[in-house]
Amino acid sequence: MTATLVKDTSSPPPGPVADRTRRLRRRGKIIALLFVLPALLLLGALVVYPVLFSIGRSFFDASGTSFVGGDNYAEMFRDPATLKAVRNTAIWVVIAPALLTGLGLILAVLVEKVRWATAFKLLLFMPMAVSFLAAGIIFRLAYDEDPDKGVLNAAVVSVHDAFKGESSYPTARARDAQGLTKDKDGSYRTSTSVAPGDAVALGLVGVQPGDLPGGAEPAYAAAGRKAAADELRGVVYLDFTPGGGGEQGKVDRRESGLPEMKVEAVRDGETIATTTTAADGSFRFEGLASGSYEVRLPSSNFAQPYEGVSWLGPALVTPAIIGAYLWIWTGFAMVLIGAGLSTLPRDALEAARMDGANEWQIFRRITVPLLAPVLSVVFITLVINVMKVFDLVYIIAPGPVQEDATVLATQMWLVSFGGGNNQGLGSALGVLLLLLVVPAMVFNVRRFRRSQR
Amino acid sequence: MMRRRTTLLTGCTGILGGLALGATACGGGPVSAGGGDKALSGQSVTVAGVWSGTEQKNFQKVLDAFTEKTGAKTQFTSTGDNVSTVVGSKIEGGNAPDVVMVPQVGVLKQFAQKGWLKPLSKKTEEAVDAGYAPVWKKYGSVDGTLYGLYFKAAHKSTVWYSPDALEQAGVKPPKSYDDMLKAGQTVSDSGLAAFSVAGQDGWTLTDWFENVYLSQAGPEKYDALAAHKLKWTDASVVDALTTLGKLFKDKQLIAGGQKGALNTDFPGSVEKVFGPEPEAGMVYEGDFVAGVAKDQFGKKVGQDANFFPFPAVGGGEAPVVSGGDAAVVLKDGKNQKAAQALLEYLSTPEASAVWAEAGGFLSPNKKVDLASYGDDVTRATAKSLVGAGDSVRFDMSDQAPAAFGGTKGTGEWKLLQDFLRDPSDPKGTAAKLEAAAAKAYQD
Repeated sequence: MTATLVKDTSSPPPGPVADRTRRLRRRGKIIALLFVLPALLLLGALVVYPVLFSIGRSFFDASGTSFVGGDNYAEMFRDPATLKAVRNTAIWVVIAPALLTGLGLILAVLVEKVRWATAFKLLLFMPMAVSFLAAGIIFRLAYDEDPDKGVLNAAVVSVHDAFKGESSYPTARARDAQGLTKDKDGSYRTSTSVAPGDAVALGLVGVQPGDLPGGAEPAYAAAGRKAAADELRGVVYLDFTPGGGGEQGKVDRRESGLPEMKVEAVRDGETIATTTTAADGSFRFEGLASGSYEVRLPSSNFAQPYEGVSWLGPALVTPAIIGAYLWIWTGFAMVLIGAGLSTLPRDALEAARMDGANEWQIFRRITVPLLAPVLSVVFITLVINVMKVFDLVYIIAPGPVQEDATVLATQMWLVSFGGGNNQGLGSALGVLLLLLVVPAMVFNVRRFRRSQR
Repeated sequence: MMRRRTTLLTGCTGILGGLALGATACGGGPVSAGGGDKALSGQSVTVAGVWSGTEQKNFQKVLDAFTEKTGAKTQFTSTGDNVSTVVGSKIEGGNAPDVVMVPQVGVLKQFAQKGWLKPLSKKTEEAVDAGYAPVWKKYGSVDGTLYGLYFKAAHKSTVWYSPDALEQAGVKPPKSYDDMLKAGQTVSDSGLAAFSVAGQDGWTLTDWFENVYLSQAGPEKYDALAAHKLKWTDASVVDALTTLGKLFKDKQLIAGGQKGALNTDFPGSVEKVFGPEPEAGMVYEGDFVAGVAKDQFGKKVGQDANFFPFPAVGGGEAPVVSGGDAAVVLKDGKNQKAAQALLEYLSTPEASAVWAEAGGFLSPNKKVDLASYGDDVTRATAKSLVGAGDSVRFDMSDQAPAAFGGTKGTGEWKLLQDFLRDPSDPKGTAAKLEAAAAKAYQD
């Protein structure tokens, strides 16, 4: 506005006209100022004053009464949580805008070529209509580690289980020092060696009566049987009497056998024979050559159920939150880039096609260079947006990993209001955030000016 | 109120003709109409507190009883979790409530130091002296002046169990910490994990620690540590962490192991014991577990859910860690007289009995008749709380600055979560706790 006014009056004609022009110019200036005043006042009150106040506040301590100089800034870089926030913010800035711009570009180009373009665009843009808070809650649930709650882990677990079966006794274990030794791979073997003609009783615990396979029978009768000279036999049983009272390490009357358990006879580290227990938990190996053996319960009996991926664990929490962010913003990037795409000069594309360029060449050599201004605007806008990401991080990260997920904006809030109540340090963090955003803003403003010229 | 007064007035004009009744009732002097002594008719008290939902409804019953008795009208506003911020802004805005129910010792202290509070009346103080163990008066006082009346208390030394699970394992509620671990081992042999620990909520872990510490190190050290006069690197802290670590590191004792515990929040931990698919036999937390088990999972408290007091650790006494809401009178309130009268009323057993009957309430006042509690389990917790007398201690993390004892993801919460993840180094954890405490207490 002002620029055009100044331009109009830039070359004053000589003579008495000059006076009039000067007067006019001054009047124009006053009028311009009057028009701008409300906006200036608002900006001053809502932007400039708070920024200056924050900068001032950052030199004072938590109570705001004593001047501490640069202590808050020094403290900021001494605190491991803040350093982590800086690191995470850097990860965000490097990854999220680039991914989003790329995804947006690909989708925009592809969507342009499909029939139901508007419907697709609408669908992809829809998440923008969801508030960050609601999206955060949705993703917190989707990422939940319990496959019964988190849809992602439910999918992962069901795919995994389709390829690999479940074991029958994931919770079973032996008591310490009662005849069974646990090996590193999770299998159990008899602590002492046995020979054909022996009968062994292998007691396990940790299986709920309700979890026993149907048809499990008490092991007492089977445990009493003697082995023939060339056979090795025994029972695998649940060494726990419901309601208590049983004797540990002994097959009591009401104690159940553990059916369908794989048992191996091992000699010198080599598996000689394999069998499976019957309904009463009994098993036997016949026709073994004499010598000393170990009876082994291989680890496949006890394989833990697959628990899926811990999305919100310390390692994956930041990528997981970035994923949620992508879900929300992809539509935005796509629509902006799509708008740029529709204004591209068709003749250039047509000419390239005529010259025999294929679609990939057109995309790389023509579409992308012509779209560069739009792409950089989208990119920079996203960089600024990503720097202030707060709600998603605050909501999705569970308490124990909050520090692993924290970014500058959440750290600023936590330090100032979320318990620490140190608004001095919080202001210092705010100033740091401002300094980091400034280059992006300068870049955007410059671009904007250039495009106006 | 306005409306009632107008109807009364029209009533008076209506009967001007002859009836004697009108003369006193409509005069300007002290009003004493109807049953009870309605000395405060025409006044009104505003009360603010964190309660909402059922708690607010039940507290309203108490307020209604007060109105019935004195004639003063009452109005309750729920502040949400952050009482100090809400009350602070109301005071600045010139709209201070008369009475505030303060949920933490630290907040009470903060209010008193800011000069917002009015000392309680002689009558309330006498009632406190007569009915409460001295420790409650201490927690309600700042620099020797009584500002807060503890109306409602929580009992945070209760281990809740499913009687079915313990019966199945053949164990009885244990009497000592070691017995508890042994019983836990047996429960785990039976196929059910022993404890469900809500590691995702840091406050449950601080409560675990406080119970162990109070019993093992004794009340004097507990007080010193709560005031940060004792350093967290003290041997007693390391001992308590070691004791707690014995439980935390045993995968068989905790549902889902340490990783599972860190993914369980408080309602989830109750669900693991009292939900449709039990995974554990016991869950430790305060008396409010009963409420969750009852309301969310339809368990009959006393039959499907029961508790035993947190057992003594080592040679110490069994701990009783508590918390509570204290009623305070604000200086800036407009109805001082009615506010003090309300506190006098709240200090009577009669007021507590109103809420006790409705349920979900414990009173630290020993004059409250145990018969007024609605069920046996609540009666037993109330008995245990009052019976502990002067050895009751307030939740330590509630006494600490929020940055240390009350913030998700930092301070004590976070460090104890790290300790749950890897309990192998109690000494290192103690050192980190000390560093965080020193920063938060700023001493």
